[in-house]
Amino acid sequence: MADTASTGIILNSALAIAFLLVSIALLLSLWRLIRGPEKPDRMLALDTLYVNSVALLVLLGILLASNLYFEAALLIALFGFVGTVALAKFLTRGDIIE
Amino acid sequence: MSILNILMEILIAVLILIGAGFTFLGSVGLVRLRDFYERLHTPTKATTLGVGSLLIASAVFFSWQEPGWSFHEVLVAVFLFITAPVSAHLMAKAALHLREHGETSLPTETTLAKHDGEAAISLGAEQARQNGLSARAQGEGAIPEARR
Amino acid sequence: MKQLLPHPILTLMLLGLWLLLVNSVSPGQILLGAVLAWSIPLYTARFWTAQIKVRRPFLLLRLAGTILYDILVANVAVAILIVGPRERIRPAFIRMPLRLQGNVGVSLLANIITLTPGTLSASLSPDRSELIIHALQGDDPDAIIDDIRKRYEQPLLDALEQLELKRGVLGADAEPPHGAESAEPSKPQ
Repeated sequence: MADTASTGIILNSALAIAFLLVSIALLLSLWRLIRGPEKPDRMLALDTLYVNSVALLVLLGILLASNLYFEAALLIALFGFVGTVALAKFLTRGDIIE
Repeated sequence: MSILNILMEILIAVLILIGAGFTFLGSVGLVRLRDFYERLHTPTKATTLGVGSLLIASAVFFSWQEPGWSFHEVLVAVFLFITAPVSAHLMAKAALHLREHGETSLPTETTLAKHDGEAAISLGAEQARQNGLSARAQGEGAIPEARR
Repeated sequence: MKQLLPHPILTLMLLGLWLLLVNSVSPGQILLGAVLAWSIPLYTARFWTAQIKVRRPFLLLRLAGTILYDILVANVAVAILIVGPRERIRPAFIRMPLRLQGNVGVSLLANIITLTPGTLSASLSPDRSELIIHALQGDDPDAIIDDIRKRYEQPLLDALEQLELKRGVLGADAEPPHGAESAEPSKPQ
């Protein structure tokens, strides 16, 4: 984290810890996604994965002091919701568009 | 660096840590809890609060660092707070549906007993209402029995 | 007036949404946002079948405050539950008879129940008279139901009055369990 616009050491260390925590959270969700054991579990893991990546993007935006990551975060949140709804519908009805 | 700057930095740092902590806890719950319905609780809430806190940190940070206010993070937060319960509800519904129709694959070690118990509730509930029984009393009894 | 501005609240929300999206309050953006916020409800009016009338807006605000507070406090409790011994989690399904009627009220209540930690609305009974709730600590279902009733359902009952303009796209007779969800896509996104 050398070339960042964010100043002091407090913020930088907080960001480092936060990156670590969110990355572990991503890995844990990934584990649940691979492990299953059932379809709904995988669906839930995927949804959590999306939300975790939103968190990661927001952190990246703060670290790089860039507003650009906001749009990415919004889009990921949107896709995550639509994807989860579609998956849930598919599991419930066996069809997405009726 | 002035006192104000340090205070702002501490505020943002605390918000970031709270947010990351809750996001982390949400995923820990996802791994640690025993069956799907329990797991469903943690990511939908802890994660929402966690990301919400991170977004507040982001809003404070950009309002502080750059000229003018930055409120558009509120948009993502509101979106998450609206969609999280909706997708949780849909997932729960999908899981209940799969269970009632016996389409789930074989449950694993920890969940086997409970799955049967839950299936008994959701199927038994319909009959219970027809019989005029208290479905809730039946539901209460089914899980501890299945657990033992 | 009704024809030109069919949904004033929706219009205001869309304007707010636009201003947040562009992250600016310059006059040009306000104008553009106002045009969009005025025209979108006009062209999608047929999609919005139900309309709610808010009788007591301040009660809703207070409810929002209660919910935010509950989310904060109870999230910490659930966090402790996650880290603590698993034996302390005793899940149960609870059937809660609903007093609220109408798409908007029921879906609001279901969302609130899910957002406040410890409880999760899992399903709605086909005749829409009961909500199936999953609780992480379901030892005392009556206490949970009482709590939900007092804190969330009663204010919603007092504050909302639903005017069903038309029968929903998925009316109560056509596939009832999914009819409740027809209100959910109408949330502002």
